[in-house]
Amino acid sequence: MEKTGNPIMKAHSNGDEPDMYHVLNPDGEIIESIDGKIDKSLMLKMYESMLLLRTFDRKSVNLQRQGRMGTYAPFEGQEAAQVGSALALSAGDWMFPTYRDHGAAIIHGQELYRVFLYWMAHLDGSVCPEGKRILPPSVPIATQMVHAVGTAWASKLKGEENVSIAYFGDGATSEGDFHEALNFAGVYKTPTIFFCQNNGYAISVPFEKQSSSKTISQRAAAYDIHGVRVDGNDIFAVWLTVREAVERALSGQGPTLIEAITFRYGAHTTADNPNIYRNQDEVSTFWRENRDPLTRLKKFLHREGHWNEEQEDKTIKQFNELIDTHLQKAEAYPKSSPVEMFDHVYAGGSWHLKEQQQELKQILKKGVKK
Amino acid sequence: MGKSVTMLQAITEAMDQKLDHDERVMILGEDIGVNGGVFRSTEGLYEKYGRDRVVDTPLAEAGIIGSAIGLSLNGMVPIVEIQFLAFIYPGFEQLVSHAARMRYRTRGQFGVPLVIRTPYGAGIRGPELHSESVETFFAHTPGLKVVAPSNPYDAKGLLISAIEDPDPVIFLEPTKLYRAFKEEVPDEMYRIPIGQAKVVQEGSDLTIFAWGAMLREALNAAKKIEKEKGWKCEVVDLRTLYPLDRDTIVQSIKKTGRALIVHEAHKTAGLGAEIISIINDEALIYLKAPIKRVTGFDVPVPPFSIEDHYLPTVERVKQGIVETISF
Repeated sequence: MEKTGNPIMKAHSNGDEPDMYHVLNPDGEIIESIDGKIDKSLMLKMYESMLLLRTFDRKSVNLQRQGRMGTYAPFEGQEAAQVGSALALSAGDWMFPTYRDHGAAIIHGQELYRVFLYWMAHLDGSVCPEGKRILPPSVPIATQMVHAVGTAWASKLKGEENVSIAYFGDGATSEGDFHEALNFAGVYKTPTIFFCQNNGYAISVPFEKQSSSKTISQRAAAYDIHGVRVDGNDIFAVWLTVREAVERALSGQGPTLIEAITFRYGAHTTADNPNIYRNQDEVSTFWRENRDPLTRLKKFLHREGHWNEEQEDKTIKQFNELIDTHLQKAEAYPKSSPVEMFDHVYAGGSWHLKEQQQELKQILKKGVKK
Repeated sequence: MGKSVTMLQAITEAMDQKLDHDERVMILGEDIGVNGGVFRSTEGLYEKYGRDRVVDTPLAEAGIIGSAIGLSLNGMVPIVEIQFLAFIYPGFEQLVSHAARMRYRTRGQFGVPLVIRTPYGAGIRGPELHSESVETFFAHTPGLKVVAPSNPYDAKGLLISAIEDPDPVIFLEPTKLYRAFKEEVPDEMYRIPIGQAKVVQEGSDLTIFAWGAMLREALNAAKKIEKEKGWKCEVVDLRTLYPLDRDTIVQSIKKTGRALIVHEAHKTAGLGAEIISIINDEALIYLKAPIKRVTGFDVPVPPFSIEDHYLPTVERVKQGIVETISF
């Protein structure tokens, strides 16, 4: 790979850091006032949540390698973006994640074992806890953004105090649905938060080949909605930005487009080899060493005396146990029965599905006649 | 009580009554508000229910269908108008990947009750891509229901059922029939069940299966054949195209032993093939002749100067009847 310039600039070649909103710098120093909005308990919650997700993510990659899970989409490196945004929401808010945003979904209330079930290809893997509004991960790109416009629009029509948040990546901003969603949200002033995690690559295609616009957040201007560019590895900045977007939405000021600059350390999915399209060591080492979302908050917490290595070790141990409990629950969960594939296609079923289900039952019972 | 109305008026009346009775119901589409729809199917509703319930949207089919999915998830009952069926393609992704699959993916936790209404079919002298009959795309998609009325009475009853249905329904309105004739339609909110075909005319010699605008051609051909040859054709209006009403199809074949399928959609992989398969599976031994199809050709619907030659005509249908009965 050609070695030109700073890996930050390579990953986000049009990105110019000074335009970003930063609060917590990579050395763990607060460089912008947080105005008392983030207290100690929230700080600890942020850090512990990121730690939980990192542990979960690494575990998941290992499980895939061991053949205990199917193809998996890792998010390591993006914890601040996912945790910071999800913690800024209220319990009843609508969340539209992608396949890389199960971290955000977990923080918003999705249960760990369900996430395992999803990646283990269980039919029940996209069900969220009763009363929660976490939609199944969107697999096609940008399509869920318009749904978040719709749910938010309904909230507004019904006078409910809820926002809808749509997660997407930089690649999604090339899709037509991105533009249609922003346009609709602008026209109807829906309480929608469009949360882009710009991790520099749409599978293998870098942002500079994805778009000629300098930033993603600037596109907000085209729809006359609020746009913010934020350091996506700075959890304070992310939380404050999303919190402000929530307040704007609930006070009738409409949608916000947030571009969180971040980086995925690993592959697009476990089926992908990032070494083909980027210098894995150079780029991810740079990000890990210089911009890691956990490290900088940890430095800050250490300095403030809110956290120490002993707590860290103890917490990681607890999380490993918790994750193992959920893994056991997922692995012990009754397997999807093939005959269940016919359920829930329609609310009331249909003759053809009932018959096909019966046919499969017979095959399972007797086998196919030779 | 009732009154004589066109199919268009019956459709407007169904929406009007649902808007009036259920405040969750809303209509979204291009030019459907102030303008009352390019065919006037939403005429008067904007004035009556206001811009929050009869919504002139930006020109964006994925945006309309996608936001309707969200509205539906959050408790509204959206009726989407797509201006012409072939304009649905930008929103196709939303329909097949999301509307159709949401209930399945969430094991029944989130459903998407939603109606997509759209004029379809040829014979209106429209420009390019205003005359397509691609119902098969939707009938190939588990999770969607596909409905196509052929008269004002059915249009009203089926549309009310579609709006009340817990699943997404594609409601195909034969453009050619919008104002073709009037029919007595009751004032009340009656329902015609989705999934039930109707025997429009009883007969003993052959069954013609048709829907939408082709039903008129089928009936006219049947009338002429009876006059010319004395053969009595049974005519079945399928009304719901997915899931099909197998029982009515099979019962009719058991009675007549012969079938002719008339559709204006392209022949290959059209619904005619599916109907033949059903008969093959369920009533083969009752057949006295191979089943014929009289359909649109496997070409893009041509410009209107020659579109009449694309569409099945009464003459082509008659020819099909003769060939099947004299096999």
